[in-house]
Amino acid sequence: MTNLTDLTVAEIRDGFRAGDFSAREVAEGFNANVAAAKALNAFIVETPEKALAAADAADKAKATGETLGALAGVPIGMKDLFCTEGTQTTAASHMLEGFVPTYESTVSGKLWAAGAGMLGKLNLDQFAMGSSNETSYYGSVISPWRRNDGGNAALAPGGSSGGSSSAISARLCPAATGTDTGGSIRQPAAFTGISGIKPTYGRCSRFGIVAFASSLDQAGPMARTVRDNAILLETMSGFDPKDSTSLDLAVPQWEANLSSDLKGKKVGIPKEYRPDGLNAEISAMWDRGIEWLKDAGAEVVEVSLPHTQYALPTYYIIAPAEASSNLARYDGVRYGQRDLPDGAGLQDMYAATRAAGFGPEVKRRIMIGTYVLSAGFYDAYYTQAQKVRALIARDFELAFEKCDLLLTPTAPSASFALGEKQADPLAMYLNDVFTVPASLAGLPAMAIPGGLDAAGLPIGLQVIGKALDEQTVLNASLAIEERAGFTARPDKWW
Amino acid sequence: MSIDLQTVKKIASLSRISVTDAEAEAMVPELNNILGWVEQLGEVDVTGVEPMTAVIPNHQRLRDDVITDGNVRDKVLANAPQAEHGFFAVPKVIE
Repeated sequence: MTNLTDLTVAEIRDGFRAGDFSAREVAEGFNANVAAAKALNAFIVETPEKALAAADAADKAKATGETLGALAGVPIGMKDLFCTEGTQTTAASHMLEGFVPTYESTVSGKLWAAGAGMLGKLNLDQFAMGSSNETSYYGSVISPWRRNDGGNAALAPGGSSGGSSSAISARLCPAATGTDTGGSIRQPAAFTGISGIKPTYGRCSRFGIVAFASSLDQAGPMARTVRDNAILLETMSGFDPKDSTSLDLAVPQWEANLSSDLKGKKVGIPKEYRPDGLNAEISAMWDRGIEWLKDAGAEVVEVSLPHTQYALPTYYIIAPAEASSNLARYDGVRYGQRDLPDGAGLQDMYAATRAAGFGPEVKRRIMIGTYVLSAGFYDAYYTQAQKVRALIARDFELAFEKCDLLLTPTAPSASFALGEKQADPLAMYLNDVFTVPASLAGLPAMAIPGGLDAAGLPIGLQVIGKALDEQTVLNASLAIEERAGFTARPDKWW
Repeated sequence: MSIDLQTVKKIASLSRISVTDAEAEAMVPELNNILGWVEQLGEVDVTGVEPMTAVIPNHQRLRDDVITDGNVRDKVLANAPQAEHGFFAVPKVIE
């Protein structure tokens, strides 16, 4: 019999409907995998009872002939940045330890309403700030992948959605939610040989997602196939009056319109994404990707995004600035931790609470943000960054006059060992060099695995599309998926 | 421009994060490194460019000015570190 935990979301959905297996069998299979994978530290909270309850509801609905939701019978993992009513939500921080939301985020609510079940809350970088999952208060997530050198170095699953990426590649869940502010879906997907899409800014409601940088934050799915991502994204997207930046647009039928025929499409290759010293294996993978898209019928053109080199510094002004404002809400009064030294007044309580509740990277970003927004420096840093952001977005607009989509690497390297880059914040920030520009411009972008490098670790490609054109992004990714034939999976050691 | 120990302490105070002297000392080179790196933005010619505040064109929605929720006091207070008599409680602010 097929191992149910090896199935994709589409296979689970269709097999459940066809009566090949029950939803309960699927949920039990994934619950067992989750329980046996403590070594990966992918989950902060496990909720096997919720996965079973949703499965039983799906089995009952099927037995009585009720209409089944789009995700009936499918258990998923939920990044612990989404507020889940009655289940602790921490953003992987000490600050929110013990916080049990009294409401549900819009995106998670849509997934449950579609019949999905929750396997648990997935670990992440604290407040989604990090690229390796090492900033979590609940410990680093370990990638299930290992180098083929015989050593057992613990590798980073990427960040900030590292619990999601680790859990999916280890078959602890068939899919999960992620959020992406500067690459937090795409870089972890690339590190673990799975795929994930950040949709156009405004597609998915931000209501109930712990805020990091509001002008950049977007939710999106992560899974093993392009089809699975399309299925989840359809459920997660849609207008929400509770989010002032939500787009009031109908959700396209991305799954039904999947097609890997790219005839008539032009693929832009931005020359600025191939700097001197680009990792040779990443560069070679990119060349292979170009050939795959040509094979699918696309025409390839070179384009220029001249302000690319300024994207990261722009991001590291704008994101900390917004974070310093958003995280001002953690004051020890309304929710979360409170640290009240003996005899302390209100101001002392704020400062002590925040010193104890935030980790070093979160403090660093709040302080950078406070500085660039402070009197006398606001124009030189923040206004200048907003202007450069406009130029970066204009670069993309001009490039899209010559092409329909862009193909680039996702990350500048394969996964690295835990601890390897922690000492130098700047070296860690450079991980997002290829993902941040599309975030600043609000564009849909998808990471897709391409193959393994010489060390046996996954490396992948990124497809960036025009605003609201997720379909072309998914279709080009599907063309790559079909040609890459990526079937590698980590050997089970955990 | 580079920041010194006094500036780090001022930023920490504005951020409402208490720091020890040793922590503040350690942050001086760290923050200078990052700020020195982002300063390269100064070399970009932005003449005539409007600062970007919204990436995807969207319109400001207005809704009818009516009450749409409420009566959730206990839910609002449910996660408070200290709630008393239906209020958030904090240390004494005024002597």
